[in-house]
Amino acid sequence: MEQEMEKMIWEYIDGLCSPSVKEMVSRHLAEDPEWKMKYNELKTIHHLLQNEELEMPSLRFTKNVMEEIARYQVAPATRNYVNKNIIRGITAFFLIMIGGLFIYFIGQIHWSSSPSNHMFPSSPDAGKMNWNKLLNNSYINILMGISAMLGLVLIDRYMRAKKNEQLTGTDSKLNS
Amino acid sequence: MTNNGQSDDTIIIKVLKGDQSAFALLVEKYQIYVFSLVLRFTENREDAEEISQDVFVKAYRSLADFRGESKFSTWLFTITRTTCLSFLRKKKLDTVSLDNERAGIQIENRESGFHANIVEQKSRHAMLNEAISMLGIDDAQVLNLFYKGDQTLEEIGKIMRLEPNTVKVKLHRARQRLKDKMEKYFAREVREIHTD
Repeated sequence: MEQEMEKMIWEYIDGLCSPSVKEMVSRHLAEDPEWKMKYNELKTIHHLLQNEELEMPSLRFTKNVMEEIARYQVAPATRNYVNKNIIRGITAFFLIMIGGLFIYFIGQIHWSSSPSNHMFPSSPDAGKMNWNKLLNNSYINILMGISAMLGLVLIDRYMRAKKNEQLTGTDSKLNS
Repeated sequence: MTNNGQSDDTIIIKVLKGDQSAFALLVEKYQIYVFSLVLRFTENREDAEEISQDVFVKAYRSLADFRGESKFSTWLFTITRTTCLSFLRKKKLDTVSLDNERAGIQIENRESGFHANIVEQKSRHAMLNEAISMLGIDDAQVLNLFYKGDQTLEEIGKIMRLEPNTVKVKLHRARQRLKDKMEKYFAREVREIHTD
């Protein structure tokens, strides 16, 4: 109960509570001495934190920084040197691979019509499929490997782009 | 926010156009905030100064990547946090318990005797500073960013990669823990403050 009261009072002090909560806290503060006492206590901490003195670095700090950056130039924006055509090319290659694999699999299936079910078109006869031939084919394995690798690369790029966006385009550069 | 009558954006445009000396205005303006934030991670002035310098160098080099979608201070504090975390990783310091309380050693020292008179003589500023240094890094950082860094909950969320609601909870807990520390270790000073 006390924790809930403190939480509401903090929100009230920060000005982050909803109008209804604000009204409720105001009423409690006016009527309930316990609330008033807690409010004063928290308000004191709030003022202390607001008036906290920050630490100063040495007097030479700015000079040191300026001497250091004199050796550098502003790097070009990341978005300017990431070639979108390369990303598009990788995406296209990946999609073609997937499409090729799909067509190859479809071509390997022996289709048979089912006389008992005229409502649906013919379905693949899974029993007649030569799964060993399909899965032990070295070309298929290589294609699957490349596809998986490209998939991971694309996921990685997507995650990086998302991360960069979150960090206002700076983090990836800082971590490199 | 202005500096010598110029907004951060104006200064940034100048720097991007080749006026390197204009960057000094940004350093002057934000050094105290960056340095104080870094001190929460290192508690060593020499390291803090080196890291703070590194933060400004990185900010300068990456300035073209600042798109103005957030405040410059939010962007700078993000770099500050990333640089501090990298520093901690490099130094193999206590990165596992960023959320845990750092107070362990300090509390042991405190309880083993040196406490009494020295603490009583401390000013309110020193008392508050010491109580904050007993908190976990994240707690201290949230308090610093909210009260001194002029950052909203959303902006702190960006800096710390957290949802604003999580920041709100963290802020509440940080203040709660701070209050507990103050009542536990600086009871007399707290009483004096309340009676003022």
